[in-house]
Amino acid sequence: MTDDKDVLRDVWFGRIPTCFTLYQDEITEREAEPYYLLLPRVSYLTLVTDKVKKHFQKVMRQEDISEIWFEYEGTPLKWHYPIGLLFDLLASSSALPWNITVHFKSFPEKDLLHCPSKDAIEAHFMSCIKEADALKHKSQVINEMQKKDHKQLWMGLQNDRFDQFWAINRKLMEYPAEENGFRYIPFRIYQTTTERPFIQKLFRPVAAEGQLHTLGDLLKEVCPSAIAPEDGEKKNQVMIHGIEPMLETPLQWLSEHLSYPDNFLHISIIPQPTD
Amino acid sequence: MAEEPESVLPFPPSTAAGGEGLTDVSPGTVTPEPPSSAAVSPGTEEPAGDTKKKIDILLKAVGDTPIMKTKKWAVERTRTIQGLIDFIKKFLKLVASEQLFIYVNQSFAPSPDQEVGTLYECFGSDGKLVLHYCKSQAWG
Repeated sequence: MTDDKDVLRDVWFGRIPTCFTLYQDEITEREAEPYYLLLPRVSYLTLVTDKVKKHFQKVMRQEDISEIWFEYEGTPLKWHYPIGLLFDLLASSSALPWNITVHFKSFPEKDLLHCPSKDAIEAHFMSCIKEADALKHKSQVINEMQKKDHKQLWMGLQNDRFDQFWAINRKLMEYPAEENGFRYIPFRIYQTTTERPFIQKLFRPVAAEGQLHTLGDLLKEVCPSAIAPEDGEKKNQVMIHGIEPMLETPLQWLSEHLSYPDNFLHISIIPQPTD
Repeated sequence: MAEEPESVLPFPPSTAAGGEGLTDVSPGTVTPEPPSSAAVSPGTEEPAGDTKKKIDILLKAVGDTPIMKTKKWAVERTRTIQGLIDFIKKFLKLVASEQLFIYVNQSFAPSPDQEVGTLYECFGSDGKLVLHYCKSQAWG
């Protein structure tokens, strides 16, 4: 029998084959070949694309280079969203590899945050973890940790070290034995069909009567338009890490196993592909 | 790229369409409702529904960051943290290049594109969202 712990590994080592192409209007001295890379789903674009940047900068003049940013089919890609979320939300129905366009000019100030350094990614990542723990444990677990533990979470992600990360992260996944889960489940629900960035609300893993809340219960409560009526046609896919978990799955289990390293469940609601 | 220096956020809220300004909720009051027609221009339409209803935020300075005389504000739910940062910076007459950090629960700094309405629902208490602001990184 497979251990649920194997799920953590599968999630951590999820990769998306990606083809990076330089935007046609960028000025180069030689032709820029596309660059292929397996992107870790749980990481961030600006954290894992140093090689991409170097590759294209080789054929460009220094004065034609400003802050790098990425785009997929006209949509600027937010570096502060995990890669897997960006793919699920924007590209999951398209063929692989994922074709990402690389820009060095005309930074879309309205759509993207600047990413001046790796420190900016670390600050964002740690802030998400703290927010998640505020929901899960009233911040008690993250506050009891030492600075070096916080650093280990970040270094684990940055260096793609599963064991290093989970040695600390497992503490964030614990809850008191007398309860059946976290205080609230840290989740964010994204839809391409709305202007709003995401839905995030307080939602408990256990109902007042004691039974475990499921993914379906969550959607019914905070995003009813996502699920099909009993007799109706399925219009949407509910996706986490590229799969559609059964709506009967307990939310607490999902939170412990399918959360991103920032400790949030990032759930994409995308239109059902019609083929 | 850079915003025009003269584009000051309406304060107190002007008659500009969309009601972009923050509404001053008289300090000390705990009424959850913004002083509607009294302070907001009569022409401003306030469509019904939860998403359009303003929320109350309480702004507290940390360390040597200047305090704001008015601490309590009514804000549209869809206003972002970045929008709030820009507003506070203008209110305190900080230079555009100066940084300003906003914290929830004195613990985490929500990302600039996060909406205050969402933060209010998850971290608000007693009908308001308490936010700390600081010119340097205060927590984390």
